[in-house]
Amino acid sequence: MWNSSQVSLPPIDPSVLRVDDDGVTLLGGWSETSRFRHFPRSPVCPFTGADDVVPLDLPRSGTLWLHTQVNLAPPGYAGPVPYQLGIVELEGGPLLRVVSRLAGDSLAMGMPMQLDGEVVPGPDEEPTVTWVFHP
Amino acid sequence: MNGVRITGVGLHPFGRFDGVTGTAMGVVAVRDALAEAGIGVRDVQAAFCGTAYGGVAAGHRVLGALAGTGIPIYDVEAGCASGGAALELAAASIASGQHDRVLVFGIEKMPKGVIRSSFFAPWQESAGLSPAPAFFALRAQRLLKETDLTVEHLAQVVVKNRGHGVANPDAMFQKAVSVDQVLASRMICPPLTLFMLCSPNEGAAAVVLARDGAGPTVAGISLRSHLPGNVLGEDSPLGGIDDAAITPPTALAAQDAYAQAGLGPEDIDVVECQDTDAGRELLAWAELGLCPSGGQAAILAEGAALVGGRRPINPSGGLLSKGEPLGASALGQVVELVRQLRGTAGARQVSGAKIALAHVIGRGANACVTVLVA
Repeated sequence: MWNSSQVSLPPIDPSVLRVDDDGVTLLGGWSETSRFRHFPRSPVCPFTGADDVVPLDLPRSGTLWLHTQVNLAPPGYAGPVPYQLGIVELEGGPLLRVVSRLAGDSLAMGMPMQLDGEVVPGPDEEPTVTWVFHP
Repeated sequence: MNGVRITGVGLHPFGRFDGVTGTAMGVVAVRDALAEAGIGVRDVQAAFCGTAYGGVAAGHRVLGALAGTGIPIYDVEAGCASGGAALELAAASIASGQHDRVLVFGIEKMPKGVIRSSFFAPWQESAGLSPAPAFFALRAQRLLKETDLTVEHLAQVVVKNRGHGVANPDAMFQKAVSVDQVLASRMICPPLTLFMLCSPNEGAAAVVLARDGAGPTVAGISLRSHLPGNVLGEDSPLGGIDDAAITPPTALAAQDAYAQAGLGPEDIDVVECQDTDAGRELLAWAELGLCPSGGQAAILAEGAALVGGRRPINPSGGLLSKGEPLGASALGQVVELVRQLRGTAGARQVSGAKIALAHVIGRGANACVTVLVA
């Protein structure tokens, strides 16, 4: 999976993900008046429309809420199949659920999960870094 | 919505028709609907065409093939609700007094396999974050997690709809299946097996609306989009919040349509609802107010949603039997329900049906609910 030598690869979308020596970071937003975290970062709070969004690096840990497996490669995807896909509830509050690739055996709802990077072919088929949660 | 009547319906069967264009299928459905209404194409004052993959001016091509251009022609895209959106605009054009007679149709010729949607950014596709069946599966997982429903209940929905499809000569699949066959079919995304997912396909449906004439009344119709926040909504956001207090678009549209009609879920005799996957249908029952959340198990156990039951749901066989030509599916439901209200649905006739409800939901997210009264 992810190793530090891959830090030089570009993120799959620089507005969504940062890749540096600390690993990968999901780029979220915070609206003080709305008291909501959100992902990916939006010009206004996507839940209330408040325009006081400031950048928020999201936590790298969370809890697995739901998970499934993708057995057929969807259109536009050139990575390995099967792969696991699910939703992680990020650590801290207020509640924020994030769609994510998943890795690991015997995934179960409620399991603690950690963020990591994963290399997949990007839109131009060159290697890029996306995010994955694993136990 | 007073004074909007459906005076004619037409259908090109749903399935796979190599070498037949979407335009040609649209022509079949439109001509049938016009013939039923007893009018010619030049008797309509406007046309509304629902399609998601039909390309530029798809409706114009159908009207052009029938020498019916010159009137306003609106091409309407709202994902799986495209036909519902077209119907809503068309009904409003009559209710407002703008027109007296209009044509509504939906056409689609879907590529095979998993639907590719320009809704997603290229990077989301590359990251594997775009597969629609996986999002359907996650939603079904949640349904199973938060209620007493099980995968057997999902399979029972398929058995019901495929059983209904046996009596529908316009359906893609006209063969009954068992719970065991559904569960043993290829696993696509757990808990959804192949038989639990509808097939994107091809087809067309058409409806003539008129202020005067004979036919069922469009008593209520509403198209609504999603409220922000639900990570499992058909808008497929990447992040969401606690959605316990967020009303889903189907419920929003249903509330509007019931209010317009002056009716409630208890008044509905027959339903056609979105069954993109088996879990989607069970969610729709609750969102439409047909049962409380978790109450689906009792309906399945009683056989209440079967033709012959208390309130049949998807007597046409649903999308699980017919397949889903996106722009045509909503109007295909309306064609079915008009036949049910006329009493001409043959072996799948719902006895004594007087009030019917059609429901679609899809990408956007868009939901459309239509209430028809005989």
